[in-house]
Amino acid sequence: MKVGVLALQGAVAEHMKIIEMAGEKAVAVKKVEQLEEIDGIIVPGGESTTIGKLMKKYGFDTALKDFSDQRKPIFGTCAGLIILAKEINGTKDSHLGLMDILVERNAFGRQRESFEVDLEIEGVADNFRAVFIRAPYIMDVKENVGILSIYNGKIVAARQEHLLASAFHPELTDDPRMHKYFIEMIREYKSQRD
Amino acid sequence: MVDIGTTRVKRGMAEMQKGGVIMDVVNAEQAKIAEAAGAVAVMALERVPADIRAAGGVARMADPRVIEEVMKAVSIPVMAKARIGHFVEARILEALGVDYIDESEVLTPADEVYHIDKNSFTVPFVNGARDLGEALRRIAEGSSMIRTKGEPGTGNVVEAVRHMRTMMSQIRKVQNMSKDELMTEAKNLGAPYDLLLYVHENGKLPVVNFAAGGISTPADAALMMQLGADGVFVGSGIFKSDNPEKFAKAIVEATTHYEDYELMAELSKGLGNPMKGIEISSLTQNERMAERGW
Repeated sequence: MKVGVLALQGAVAEHMKIIEMAGEKAVAVKKVEQLEEIDGIIVPGGESTTIGKLMKKYGFDTALKDFSDQRKPIFGTCAGLIILAKEINGTKDSHLGLMDILVERNAFGRQRESFEVDLEIEGVADNFRAVFIRAPYIMDVKENVGILSIYNGKIVAARQEHLLASAFHPELTDDPRMHKYFIEMIREYKSQRD
Repeated sequence: MVDIGTTRVKRGMAEMQKGGVIMDVVNAEQAKIAEAAGAVAVMALERVPADIRAAGGVARMADPRVIEEVMKAVSIPVMAKARIGHFVEARILEALGVDYIDESEVLTPADEVYHIDKNSFTVPFVNGARDLGEALRRIAEGSSMIRTKGEPGTGNVVEAVRHMRTMMSQIRKVQNMSKDELMTEAKNLGAPYDLLLYVHENGKLPVVNFAAGGISTPADAALMMQLGADGVFVGSGIFKSDNPEKFAKAIVEATTHYEDYELMAELSKGLGNPMKGIEISSLTQNERMAERGW
């Protein structure tokens, strides 16, 4: 199994390290053609406006929608969550618009308000050290979306079938449990396709 | 237990900037152009380094009104510069809510002996360095991101190249040393032993390492990425060029696809003139900003 990390901008190397720590092969995806060789992809943290613009420029916007249509799993972390969302508060624009969630950007404040905290994440862990950096959160979800974690009354992790999103950065700790959960999702959908 | 301003949160912020371009801007309009071009952050200033050079005199922290104007204009992170050693300017910038402080040699140093104790701040810092020892001293003081000093405001990449090559070659050397050689190397470099041990074991700095100081074309940006930079700062290079919008976009793309020469050939067509630039040897010793700090 090969797990891709969208490598246009952001924390790519950190995700690749944890995927490998979890025992799978990681691929840095810079070109659309590379999507064919992978079974699932992580859209990493970074700047969502930058990643969004580069995705559009190189055709990743349509290519990743096709990827999702093939029921191949996508995991968005922080900026990646914004990229996956159907609705972004305060703007009519969205990026991939795949997940039925409404998100608020920079929702916890600026950098000086950024924090880390232990979270309970359903199906993953009850003590996951989560790092929030100028993080978004999910304001609202449709009923087809499962809420995996809530912090201070705000949704910070969710899953909709083969799509997974977190407002925090599981790649900034040495804890591979969130990535293992995603790898299990990939395995599940891969066996359904085969 | 909720923790703010931890090392992980401060360094992590810089990790999110990797593969990106941070652009100097002097007002809201420029900040919007930078954001639209795909900048990962902007540095809010009263004057870009080339104009600071031209103006002469003492260069200080920017007027907070300029910084606030920029913060209101964009949703990407906003950085601002404090003078080396000027911890009160830094506290003011922290109070304003900037996302990153650059303790910068572009401004006139406020202290010729001591840098700011950056560990005591919640907001993260970026510092310039010419070599590995300088980088590790700044990291020990609490810096969460390192950039080459280069020679700001010159549009000449030669010093940034020198600093990046020096740093990378020193890192490779330390990585290949045997452990019993490390303490002597720490003494020679003037670097804390524990940080040098990290470099020995990991083959990289414990924080993100960007290129800065003289980058003015897409090819310059790609060159720095190939030399090992995690991303680039472009100061005067964007808004002192003929066509800032095109330059900004082209530099962003070249930084992402720094090994794709066909793409860069395409990007570099008809860009217009980059900033004029200054030959380094024409600068007198006291005009060289890279010599500031230690």
